[in-house]
Amino acid sequence: MATEILMPALSPTMEEGTLAKWLVKEGDTVSSGDIMAEIETDKATMEFEAVDEGIVGKILIAEGTEGVKVNTPIAVLIEEGESVDDIETSSAPAPAALSDEEGKAASPATASTPETPPAAPKVDNSPDWPEGTAMKEQTVREALRDAMAEEMRADDTVFLMGEEVAEYQGAYKVSQGLLDEFGAKRVIDTPITEHGFAGIGVGAAFGGLRPIVEFMTFNFAMQAIDQIINSAAKTLYMSGGQMGAPMVFRGPNGAAARVGAQHSQDYAAWYMQVPGLKVVMPYSASDAKGLMKTAIRDPNPVIFLENEILYGRTFNVPDMDDFTVPFGKARIWREGDDVTIVSFGIGMQYALEAADKLAEDGINAEVIDLRTLRPMDTGTIINSVMKTNRCVTVEEGWPQGSVGNYISSVLMQQAFDYLDAPVINCTGKDVPMPYAANLEKHALITTAEVIEAVKQVTYR
Amino acid sequence: MAARKAASKPNVSAEELKGYYRDMLLIRRFEEKAGQLYGMGLIGGFCHLYIGQEAVVVGLEAAAEEGDKRITSYRDHGHMLACGMDPNGVMAELTGRDGGYSKGKGGSMHMFSKEKHFYGGHGIVAAQVPLGAGLAFADKYLENDRVTFTYFGDGAANQGQVYESYNMAELWDLPVVFVIENNQYAMGTSTKRSTKSPSYWERGAAYGIPGEEVDGMDVLAVKAAGQKAVAHCRAGKGPYILEIKTYRYRGHSMSDPAKYRTREEVQKMRDERDPIEAVRSMLLTGKHATEEDLKAIDKEIKEIVNASAEFAKESPEPHLDELWTDIYAETAPQNA
Repeated sequence: MATEILMPALSPTMEEGTLAKWLVKEGDTVSSGDIMAEIETDKATMEFEAVDEGIVGKILIAEGTEGVKVNTPIAVLIEEGESVDDIETSSAPAPAALSDEEGKAASPATASTPETPPAAPKVDNSPDWPEGTAMKEQTVREALRDAMAEEMRADDTVFLMGEEVAEYQGAYKVSQGLLDEFGAKRVIDTPITEHGFAGIGVGAAFGGLRPIVEFMTFNFAMQAIDQIINSAAKTLYMSGGQMGAPMVFRGPNGAAARVGAQHSQDYAAWYMQVPGLKVVMPYSASDAKGLMKTAIRDPNPVIFLENEILYGRTFNVPDMDDFTVPFGKARIWREGDDVTIVSFGIGMQYALEAADKLAEDGINAEVIDLRTLRPMDTGTIINSVMKTNRCVTVEEGWPQGSVGNYISSVLMQQAFDYLDAPVINCTGKDVPMPYAANLEKHALITTAEVIEAVKQVTYR
Repeated sequence: MAARKAASKPNVSAEELKGYYRDMLLIRRFEEKAGQLYGMGLIGGFCHLYIGQEAVVVGLEAAAEEGDKRITSYRDHGHMLACGMDPNGVMAELTGRDGGYSKGKGGSMHMFSKEKHFYGGHGIVAAQVPLGAGLAFADKYLENDRVTFTYFGDGAANQGQVYESYNMAELWDLPVVFVIENNQYAMGTSTKRSTKSPSYWERGAAYGIPGEEVDGMDVLAVKAAGQKAVAHCRAGKGPYILEIKTYRYRGHSMSDPAKYRTREEVQKMRDERDPIEAVRSMLLTGKHATEEDLKAIDKEIKEIVNASAEFAKESPEPHLDELWTDIYAETAPQNA
């Protein structure tokens, strides 16, 4: 059977090319792999190999022809005994259809521009624990350890790996006692190789385990960010749902105290950008515990951003057998009518302090702790802004491409008509973290700046 | 080479040998067809063909047992066919269609089959090496006696995460065979231009990992080396390194004119060291098969490959709703 040889596409972007030279002539016998022609693409001159065996029956495009469109017949291959006269050359077949007929897929992430102000979003504002639950005082550090221990007791496939997590009991003592209880098989000290052990953790998750990978700080996780994003976050999608990485990457994030630029970065906005990841950044001990338990059980890769300064803070934690906090549910710490302050993680410290001081001036701030950044409970923010008509966001991270920037954009699109003032994003300064005590203090967000921002949006 | 000797004592039956011929031929014809479909614009983006390297995966699969795992980089079509994945599903993924292994969402470089224990198909050079060690970590943790074949190229062999993985794999006695497919060119950079210590297998010695060099154009030598490596891993002795000397006939990807080597060099390998021709002549000279037998295999393969191309053309593009599925596990049920 005669087959047409078509002008090949020889690069991802080639639409046409020059048939530079024929290396066979009519009547030649070719077999698979023989070089038939040289073709100039938009990138290079390529050799074009025969795929089938046969005899070159006819050359349809002369060498030196420029602008030959991909898929144009350039020659005809015949089998022994066939004649070129038998050939009916067809017109070039249509290239692979790139259909658009189904219309645009509706994006669940973007809302259409409303003509009338939207109704208040439905949100879950239920309490995190039943009324009357006994409470106990715990540090964030203890709450995180208890959460891991409880989940390790419940599920044998959960294990903890990282630098100094076992024998040293954790660089920040978060894993204290876990080696004694669970043994060296499940609490594993790694060498100082973030890239390698993060990848091993992801592979172990592919293989059916539920790893908790501790980074001594998230600053060091930059060595492993390829494995976190390219391997952990994207594989479920790339495999069409066949396999993903149910695991937790956790460790302290953001500034500690006087440790300088390479140890003091807030990664909230970085990870929050990535589909496939869930991102958690708790403030209180109860949230640290409840969210950590949820993170370990979650079937997706979860980034769990802790904070060194908060580790030692004490909060009330519900004394329950199995206390969890769902993802995507913000917590309203303080109700108010005058302004909405949105924060998360250690930013909550400034937000709450500011709210206390503002109350003395007669400004009642509503303070929202996002708790999880992806999924983000934007509904709770919008509902609050519909009441207060003003919003200030507070975070330690840098200003450009911040979490606050995203919240501002959501409010512009979904609550524009309710805003009586521009949203102000209070952030860390746009500088690497300095070491000097006075400079560091200025680089961080301060309570005074939050108060000033609130006064601006409330026109006081 | 020591491995050549192993080949002189055939560890194989005539039926097995015919099977290797068939499996290698399937890969070659499949890849030729993929190249053709790429030329027609039916396959887009990057497409890295495995032609010339067939004996590596076919030899190692002959050493594998059910439940053993494999993971590799983006030159992955051969690995998928060798471990028994359906050519239709692989080709349809190349054309970005709904019938592909990843429903068209992964493409040539990102394909997976949980059923066949094929863990990708990874597009970042060497990222699959710690992932493979992690799969072995899971097997050791679960005490299930399985081994993971972690494939990477001579290019990846210079990445730091390979050595981080070596260190932890040996430290924790992980059952992983590190398979270095040394085809002598990392894209366009020859091994001579990228390292002064081109014996990649020897680098394991720094971590206490045994290894050896293997003739990758000889499927029986590869199988023999694979069996030795697997036995080492399954005995709980930790990882093993196989540096398999092979050669790719085609460019790095479809758009590579391969000007960094001579046409004569390629032709010499094709003429003198072709792994499929070697088995073919072994079958014929040993009278294990007739020309007719082999023609029948050729015909069968041609039909399978043509059918896969037809399937890949006719399978519909993924529904646009697929854009939004499989981002999180709970939005779509896992197939596992």
